[in-house]
Amino acid sequence: MTGTDTPPSLYAPQEPIFPRRVSGFFRRLKWWIMAITLGIYYLTPWIRWDRGPSLPDQAVLVDLAGRRFYFFWIEIWPHEFYFVAGLLIMAGLGLFLFTSALGRVWCGYTCPQTVWTDLFSLVERWIEGDRNARVRLWNARWDARKWRLRLTKWSVWLLIAVATGGAWVFYFTDAPTLARDLARFDAHPVAYVTIAILTATTFLFGGFMREQVCIYMCPWPRIQGAMMDDDTLTVGYRDWRGEPRGKKRTQGAGDCIDCMACVNVCPMGIDIREGQQMECITCALCIDACDEVMDRIGRPRGLIDYLALSDEPQERAGEAPKPLWTHILRPRTMLYTALWSLIGAGLVFALFIRSDIDLTVEAVRNPTFITLSDGSVRNSYTVRLRNKLGDARQFRLSLSSDALLRIGLEGSDRNIITVPADSSTMQRVYVTARPHDRAASIDATDLRFWVEDVENGARAYRNASFNGRVQ
Amino acid sequence: MSQHEIDEPTGVDTTGHEWDGIRELNNPLPRWWLWCFYLTIIWGVGYTIAFPAWPLINGATAGLLGFATRAEVAADIDRYAQQNAGLTSALAKVELASLADNPDLHRFAVANGAAVFRSHCSQCHGSGAAGAVGYPNLLDDDWLWGGALAEIAYTVKHGIRNETDDDAHYSQMPAFGDLLEEEEIAATVQYVLQISGADHDTTLAQDGAALFEEQCTACHGEQGQGDRSQGAPNLTDAIWLYGGDTTALTATITNARFGVMPAWGQRLSPSDVNAVAAYVHGLGGGE
Repeated sequence: MTGTDTPPSLYAPQEPIFPRRVSGFFRRLKWWIMAITLGIYYLTPWIRWDRGPSLPDQAVLVDLAGRRFYFFWIEIWPHEFYFVAGLLIMAGLGLFLFTSALGRVWCGYTCPQTVWTDLFSLVERWIEGDRNARVRLWNARWDARKWRLRLTKWSVWLLIAVATGGAWVFYFTDAPTLARDLARFDAHPVAYVTIAILTATTFLFGGFMREQVCIYMCPWPRIQGAMMDDDTLTVGYRDWRGEPRGKKRTQGAGDCIDCMACVNVCPMGIDIREGQQMECITCALCIDACDEVMDRIGRPRGLIDYLALSDEPQERAGEAPKPLWTHILRPRTMLYTALWSLIGAGLVFALFIRSDIDLTVEAVRNPTFITLSDGSVRNSYTVRLRNKLGDARQFRLSLSSDALLRIGLEGSDRNIITVPADSSTMQRVYVTARPHDRAASIDATDLRFWVEDVENGARAYRNASFNGRVQ
Repeated sequence: MSQHEIDEPTGVDTTGHEWDGIRELNNPLPRWWLWCFYLTIIWGVGYTIAFPAWPLINGATAGLLGFATRAEVAADIDRYAQQNAGLTSALAKVELASLADNPDLHRFAVANGAAVFRSHCSQCHGSGAAGAVGYPNLLDDDWLWGGALAEIAYTVKHGIRNETDDDAHYSQMPAFGDLLEEEEIAATVQYVLQISGADHDTTLAQDGAALFEEQCTACHGEQGQGDRSQGAPNLTDAIWLYGGDTTALTATITNARFGVMPAWGQRLSPSDVNAVAAYVHGLGGGE
């Protein structure tokens, strides 16, 4: 135990971080991922998809008011929400898979917090310069130049933030219409409030909170520990190669020349040479930085690298590590892959067997039957037909049963139900057994309702039961 | 106690607090986190001022914003009423015979009528409109006062045998216990069973035929087929409002029946009367 006189602070200060520009394989990969993910986010609402005259022509649209989800050729109704649930489960399992194989690869490459922070840092570097210039600016007095640079940076950040919040609302209603309404200031207040909130969070999280979000706000880093093991590849430092640190020419020194490149490029402000730690999002920029230095001093690359903990003993002993695939292909990752594929295949299967005719039959149970004046027994059913197409459809309703039963529709002499485009219709249907037929006096008779599309002959059925008058 | 120490295994500061040799590690939070915590407290206090919160003896503080869920519901109802104002006034004025020609108005009427039925009619006729002994089943094809849309609307509006509406349907069956002997009533019962196609005593029914001819045909008709202008039930069908066995028929003939229905025109708006009539008409028995 060591003692000092000043009591420790109970609050952690936010240390300013000035990540240096770096280039290399992982940096290029991250630029590409940033371009693709941001491109998908900003452009998707503007893709058009023709679905006929009475349906929206936006390829991806979450129509909350109309309770429809459109995704290109797929249209999901509320009762098919299991597709969305399935996709969420797949997303979860996918995260498990990637985390158990590659550690916090989600955090380092694709998490929106990382992507937008990267974008904000890029803007920062353009306007205020690289690390050293920014450190100087940080320490400088608030003179005209500092104000100009800061205000420029904040303005560009704000523009990005507005575009980010703005893009979000386009997913929920027709994008061109909303864009026009937004510009004319007569869009719904909810749109403006949503944009304002998302603008504020983007501006704050991407510009000022950055690593604080990952360390103190996000629950995911804590959960991920449970998904990683000795075989998981994470960013690490080969201390058996690097230590002891020293100048290039010093006798007996390791490869690490203590140039601080890995620390200076780190967006989380940590030293990876202290080992894997909670703050590390495995963005791999330190690998790029160190490789650059190793090239320059003529030492092999990979002092900082993607490493598995289980390889450490061999590597320390100077032996070759296990081949990469043994870290990736192991029961755990295969199980995650199998589960992921199983659910994916199930969803695709469910998507393809989705009937073109969506039909439910609900027997009226209050009362189960009634007697008509001629002594016939009648049951009522509520038939609900959904038409997911862009044109009105006509369906012919009929029934089949071993017993003699007659079908009739409320308010219609014909057994035809017309369902308008993209909507559902409820129809009250009557089934009658004559007084002396067996069905009229026994408890239950099986029957099957058939629905046939008048135009294309597609058929669907639902089983039901007919209740007779039991003395 | 105020001296702080480094805990060796973890390398973390301790707060200097110690209980029975157990020291508290200091893993500090950032200050903004603390400020967020204070902010939620301030927000919470503000919230209880702005919204209904503090319980008092009779109710709770109203809150500066005057928010109330009841007021919200009332506003919602007003909003829907306003949205439907056109349909409501059209429904109040519509010629009922032609209601089916206007699908939108008809759909509105049936949906609205279902709500009216559940709040005002289901107490007697049942939530499924299947009725009960003495309260007609509205699902079948048997109507005492007529099953056309306009006739149903009239019955709903003016009611039956009530004292509040001069236009209410009215008729009264005599209590034959005062007029006939018990044997005569028994014979009439057997005849009624015969014409309705039920098991009966043929000898008694023959006597009953003459009594029926004499006492009942004025209202129930020569063949017992009933008369809707007087609300006299058809005795030849399979439907019995008060029961079709010997005991029930004997009670009916001896004491007569006097079913009353209120005049809903005095309580419901004209459009609601038409709506509930459309709903009942669409339950399967409408003519």
